[in-house]
Amino acid sequence: MAEVAFWQGNKAIAMGAIAGGCTFFSGYPITPSSEIAETLAEELPKIGGRFIQMEDEIGGIAAAIGASIAGRKAMTATSGPGFSLKQENLGLAYMAEIPLVVVDIMRGGPSTGLPTRVSQQDVMQARWGTHGDHATIAYAPSSVQECFELTIAAFNASERFRQPVIILGDEVVGHMREKIVIPDAGSYQVVNRKRPTADPEDFVPYKPDPSDDVPPMASFGDGYRWHVTGLTHDEWGFPTDEPSEIETKIKRLVQKVNRFRKDIVRYEVFYGEDAKVLIVSYGSVARSSLRAVREARQKGLKVGHFRPITLWPFPDEELKELASQVDVVIVPELNCGQMLLEVERAVNGKAPVVGKSLVNGELFQPSDILSAIEEVA
Amino acid sequence: MPSKEVLDWLRVDFFPHIWCPGCGHGIIMHALLRALASLGCEKERTVIASGIGCSSRMPGYIDACTVHTTHGRSLVFATGIKLANPELTVVNVMGDGDCAAIGGNHFIHACRRNIDITAVVLNNSIYGMTGGQVSPTTPIGAYATTAPYGAIDPPFDLCNLAAAAGATYVARATVAQPQLVEQYIKKGIQNKGFSVVEVMTHCHTQFGRRNKLPRPIDNINRFKQVSVTKTKADAMKPEELEGKIVIGELMDRKRPEYVEQYLRLIERARGQVA
Ligand SMILES: Cc1ncc(C[n+]2csc(CCOP(=O)(O)OP(=O)(O)O)c2C)c(N)n1
Ligand code: SF4
Repeated sequence: MAEVAFWQGNKAIAMGAIAGGCTFFSGYPITPSSEIAETLAEELPKIGGRFIQMEDEIGGIAAAIGASIAGRKAMTATSGPGFSLKQENLGLAYMAEIPLVVVDIMRGGPSTGLPTRVSQQDVMQARWGTHGDHATIAYAPSSVQECFELTIAAFNASERFRQPVIILGDEVVGHMREKIVIPDAGSYQVVNRKRPTADPEDFVPYKPDPSDDVPPMASFGDGYRWHVTGLTHDEWGFPTDEPSEIETKIKRLVQKVNRFRKDIVRYEVFYGEDAKVLIVSYGSVARSSLRAVREARQKGLKVGHFRPITLWPFPDEELKELASQVDVVIVPELNCGQMLLEVERAVNGKAPVVGKSLVNGELFQPSDILSAIEEVA
Repeated sequence: MPSKEVLDWLRVDFFPHIWCPGCGHGIIMHALLRALASLGCEKERTVIASGIGCSSRMPGYIDACTVHTTHGRSLVFATGIKLANPELTVVNVMGDGDCAAIGGNHFIHACRRNIDITAVVLNNSIYGMTGGQVSPTTPIGAYATTAPYGAIDPPFDLCNLAAAAGATYVARATVAQPQLVEQYIKKGIQNKGFSVVEVMTHCHTQFGRRNKLPRPIDNINRFKQVSVTKTKADAMKPEELEGKIVIGELMDRKRPEYVEQYLRLIERARGQVA
């Protein structure tokens, strides 16, 4: 029987990680993400896993990448400034194709900003924070239940596509406590990275499987020898200057995700059928929005809600379809309009898009969103 | 020419290597491979990690489990690898800039944890790969592209730093004593804890040309002249030690090793659960 608990979002992420097979966590404390590290410091040893508090965030992600290369499912967690520090090594994990989950519980920025206040100001950092081209997969939970479930999904995607996957929580989602139904082990899918079947002597570490563009991955210590580098490399993992090899590598990093976009993209629609006003929001803001949408419906206004659950890949096709039937799209966001641009791109002129931004450290009140609806309805 | 055992550890397919002819890094790679071969290490269970720099290109040429990471961060990648799978022998190679500038914080913390990794620092007193900029080990008065009037920043003594921070085995030699380099790396690998083997080497291309040591041999001769053994140095006055390189085993002690401690912690945590 599934168990019911009353948990904080950050605890649900930590427990979701364990449910997803995580046995390694390394990180550096920072508000509002620290409870993830604290929970895992307690829980991981109980299952024979490892927790290590590193000297900084750079060490936090690097040790997790090292652990993943040595065969463990690994995670690190941080907030704003710590996420900035992790970017260089995040790039290495994309380039070297190392599965890894990175959690960023967003707080207000830039810089040290607002340690205990909510924001959604890191969404573009999650997409483009590291230098260079790669595809990003990022999930934005909106409830404690989702903190648990999307962390499992993040591990599954990172193992399947051999790359870092990001959980973009916000301070409100990370710190709020609510009921969660903990699914029984075995009732959800756990994906493990593809292992090589070739003889160690014939192993070509970056030779992609044509069926999915993902090369099988050996672990250090399991009988295979291979080279891992952040330099652009050929199929053997060795640095290359050969234009065709460079292009093949970089394009494959993008393609391996784009090809399976449909499997990855998640979103949720409420009252979409007859909506004339569409609210697009994610994370904690989706909670206020949904309440506003319900209140608007009670007043007879035809309002719907579209919630991207994967911020990357962005559910643009799905949003475009819905947007083509509405008169206006409203994007309430806890930043000065970062995802607004993505929404505009996706909607592609099918409807006017209006942004509503809040950057004072507070969460939108449902009444704020309701008045935005009433202004346009 | 390396012996067959050593040759077996090389990825000769990837030669020619990128090092300048006569660079000291090759001497150290050879010593490292002799150490691994003579200890009977298995390639599949040996990890060679590095950061970024000329020295850090070494793992690419070694036929083992190798990882070339980001500048200054190799020790933290290595920490994750060792903690994830304690059965692996983990050796970390890095340059002086990699180790003591950008990676200085990771270096002292690896020493403090006393995690069972052997760090081989290839100290050429300069940034070779990026074209001869000053490093935290460039001697005062030496010239570098970013010290055109001579360096004024006092250099680190990496061995003293490592010993003070908690490393349990610390030794230094120069490329003029390749047998010692091999012996110290062997002892470092055998030590259950964090070991630092500092190898004074040369970058004749970047440091040498600007500091009256343009040929590899000038550098080797200089290392021979200025090396003093620890035993001798202990009896010398500070003024006499000026400009000398103290070689030998500078620290050899026992302290609890990090991964062993962690595995014990797991037992305690599980005991409480049971
Ligand atoms: C974050 C970052 N900063 C700077 C560099 C540029 N860089 C590459 S190697 C290097 C220094 C190399 O010097 P050292 O570690 O002493 O090794 P050597 O090349 O002398 O063997 C620097 C500054 C980089 N790759 N990454
Ligand atoms: S630049 Fe200096 S350190 Fe780099 S390979 Fe040449 S001699 Fe060696």
